[in-house]
Amino acid sequence: MSLSQGVEAVESADSSAAGPPEEAAGGLWRDAFRRLRHNPTAILGAALVTIFVLVAIFAPLLAPYDPKVADLSQIRPGDFPGPSREHLLGLDSQGRDELSRIIYGARYSLLIGVVSLAVGATLGVILGLIAGAFGGWVDSLVMRLVDIMLSIPGLLLAIGIAALLGRSLKSVMIAIAVVNVPVFARLLRGSMLAQRRSDYALAARSLGVTRSRIVLQHVFPNSLGPVIVQATLALATAIIDAAGLAFLGLGSPDPSIPEWGRMLAETNSLLATEPLLALWPGLAIVLSVLGFYLLGEALREALDPKLRR
Amino acid sequence: MLTFAVRRLLLLIPILLGLSILVFLFVRALPGGPETALLGERSTPERIAQVRAAYGLDRPVHEQYLSYMGKVVKLDFGTSIQTQRPVSEEIARRFKATLELTGAAILFAVLVGIPLGFVAGRRPQSWIDNLSTVGSLLGIAIPVFVLGYLLKYVFAIKLGWFETTGRQNVAISTEHPTGFFVLDGIITGDLPAAWDAFKHLVLPAIALGTIPLAIITRITRAAVQEVSNEDFVRTAEAKGMTKSVVTRRHILRNAMLPVVTIIGLQTGLLLSGAILTETVFAFGGLGSFMASSVFTRDFPVIQGGILFIAVVFVLVNLLVDISYGLFDPRVRNA
Amino acid sequence: MTRVQEQVDAIPGRGQGAAPLLEVRDLRVTFKSRGRRPVKAVDGVSLDVAPGATVGIVGESGSGKSVTSLAALGLLGKRGVEISGSVKFDGDDLLNMPEDELRAVRGKEIAMVFQDPMSSLNPVLTIGRQITEILERHRGLKGQDARDQAAELLLSVGIGDAVRRLKSFPHQLSGGMRQRVMIAMALACQPRLLIADEPTTALDVTISAQILELLRSLVVDSQTALVLITHDLGVVAGLCDQVHVMYSGRIVESAPRRALFANPQHPYTTGLLASVPRLDQPRGVPLLPIPGSPSDTLPWVDGCAFAPRCTRRVPESVGCPPALLPLEGSEPSHLVRCVNPVPEDHT
Repeated sequence: MSLSQGVEAVESADSSAAGPPEEAAGGLWRDAFRRLRHNPTAILGAALVTIFVLVAIFAPLLAPYDPKVADLSQIRPGDFPGPSREHLLGLDSQGRDELSRIIYGARYSLLIGVVSLAVGATLGVILGLIAGAFGGWVDSLVMRLVDIMLSIPGLLLAIGIAALLGRSLKSVMIAIAVVNVPVFARLLRGSMLAQRRSDYALAARSLGVTRSRIVLQHVFPNSLGPVIVQATLALATAIIDAAGLAFLGLGSPDPSIPEWGRMLAETNSLLATEPLLALWPGLAIVLSVLGFYLLGEALREALDPKLRR
Repeated sequence: MLTFAVRRLLLLIPILLGLSILVFLFVRALPGGPETALLGERSTPERIAQVRAAYGLDRPVHEQYLSYMGKVVKLDFGTSIQTQRPVSEEIARRFKATLELTGAAILFAVLVGIPLGFVAGRRPQSWIDNLSTVGSLLGIAIPVFVLGYLLKYVFAIKLGWFETTGRQNVAISTEHPTGFFVLDGIITGDLPAAWDAFKHLVLPAIALGTIPLAIITRITRAAVQEVSNEDFVRTAEAKGMTKSVVTRRHILRNAMLPVVTIIGLQTGLLLSGAILTETVFAFGGLGSFMASSVFTRDFPVIQGGILFIAVVFVLVNLLVDISYGLFDPRVRNA
Repeated sequence: MTRVQEQVDAIPGRGQGAAPLLEVRDLRVTFKSRGRRPVKAVDGVSLDVAPGATVGIVGESGSGKSVTSLAALGLLGKRGVEISGSVKFDGDDLLNMPEDELRAVRGKEIAMVFQDPMSSLNPVLTIGRQITEILERHRGLKGQDARDQAAELLLSVGIGDAVRRLKSFPHQLSGGMRQRVMIAMALACQPRLLIADEPTTALDVTISAQILELLRSLVVDSQTALVLITHDLGVVAGLCDQVHVMYSGRIVESAPRRALFANPQHPYTTGLLASVPRLDQPRGVPLLPIPGSPSDTLPWVDGCAFAPRCTRRVPESVGCPPALLPLEGSEPSHLVRCVNPVPEDHT
């Protein structure tokens, strides 16, 4: 999702470059996109993200079995059928098809990641926008609140909130969303502050452009670059955190829901005999996280004006 | 320098106050109030009233906050529902294990990360630079619990070099004067016990230390690269200083500034990362205690634990800020 | 003016009495980076600096004047840089000297002062430490001896309250003071050659005059040879006996100071002079900037690099590179690289 999000943003900014007001920003995006296409890191990241998103969306078509249906007839304690022609990745401790569970797991990861990020980033951006646009005591108040929230390590905050709200996918999403709010608020506010002090904002003001117009038409759009970079990286973190919460048992109360983190936790006692059952969900988490991470880093580099040639 | 430290300390007060309010409201914010949290959804009205009175929940909110704070400053976080013992006692006992784990993890990250980042930064595009770049990318992308499993399987189950669970073999009974098991073994002269504790500590420390390792390597590399191109390094070279003096006194001294910040930040974050690591390795620290409290909905523990870790986190960052002033005269005199 | 093509350059600065202290021959520096065309920053520079001489190297940014000095001292790094030619200091070849020996020469025999004294001083060390470390390294002074000597050096560059100043950090000093500290460091071991690379560019006009005066007095007193690199002919006018004008990596004119200002022969030099405000010029005479920018150059192999911007361009300017030679009838120490030089009566 973040890939499509990122690319769409790039493309729409690109096409809007035809209009004069956003020419500078459009040029930046066009330039960034051109560099992304030549960056092997970006391509690898984009490929991983695309695979992840496609698997998540088309899970019902791709999965050979129902991930929730247990078939205990095929398994005995200490002896789970490994990879075979019928079950490419073997069966889990409940006799469920591992591959189908991994495929459906992508759905839950993506769902939790995107929803929590969308909620958290939106709230954070709004808070940051308010703080950055109004300044003064509003700014101080918002930023102190952000400082306090950031003084609790993110994962700890998420665990606390998820524990408080009870075991459900919804509480996981809320928990991760809350963790993201101060991050985005600080980011947008900082970048807006820098933009406001910049020469072009000064120039616009000296030409008599009103403050709100400068903020909405110049400062805010130009602050979006770092937000998009952060969103891509935050998706990686959201997937890790969601897996972590599920690993601790804070995901959905329904054990048949295939969450990667929970699948991993279930293999804790089986590690000596069935290491492959731990490998698959582990690999799935690492690859999807790596994809968003590589893409985010490449985006950051591509959008960094200091690195432009 | 002293005024600098004092000013930083004063800036901390509103943060700590805000933090306490946040954690206080934490439990009261949920639908049904803390009594639901304590008793679960299904409970009799009489039982709820009983609990409300017992916990002072029938009083006005500001009064509740004041009495809560009055207890907190006396390190009274209430009683654990699981163990029926004071939360502060439980935290104090387990925190030493977490501290031992966190310390070992950060030591691992610093001892490997700084030299690696330094070499990579001095020789960009070399094989060691490329290795460190790929390695740190992977290091950040692997969640601690996945890495924990991997290490456990390869080095403990397959190779048998290290232990999979716990802090020390239960058969070993030894004195624990400090609560840090490796150190205890050394102090009491019981080297086999120290070695056993060490074998239990290695894998969780590596699992927990990998993300800070990746980040410290990256930051060191970037800082060394940047500082190497600074004019004052050229000046030092022009003065004919030896290579080791240029490296140590001029490049490293300056490059360490951002690294110190990141080490502090990561140390704080490890405290929460330890929750997952301790769960993987059944390492009996504060983290695994909090993880189990999550299941039993032991809110006094969760609440106290969060407040405790957040305060430690804030204090570690304060320490970093102050040490930053120690390293950088520009900050100190600003 | 007839000139035989393909002539070998004369050596600027040669024949000033005894053996030269610094002897640069056909120095070439090429920067190569992946995916880009190699840049010839220095393209065949030769020059001599006699002991105790004061020499100015003048040119616009990008002319290769700083790169020449950095390459000579091995300060350019190794990655992506190709250096050829020879640089001899007191007979020893600096370019092929083992790293350790070169480090023993730098700071002791040859010292440098750089452009920006803020970024050129280590921000986390006291200025005392930055001076004593060079005394430790090259003169074996330690502890209090080194500190006493450092305080003396600060006094000699005009910094009062020297003992207290030793404990200051660079950010606590003004720009002029910082440059004085740089000069104190450079002169700490009484070097035989001081290279000052744009030493006043980052400073205010009044401060810069003081620094130049300080450099002059110290250099003259100690008989140190000085190579002053600058884009400002005005700076050179007050300080240097011999002036080399560089353009696009080569010396285009070289002359004793008087001859250069009285009778500039290269169109680029006259251009530089015309673009500098002068008090002896009548009011109302406009300054004449050189048209175009240093990036409009021709590769030297194709003719005169200045030709695209030159008002005196003739067909012969393009095709074969002109050599650096004295004009017929002018002093042998006045060299110019031009097929159509400016006649003497031009002003």
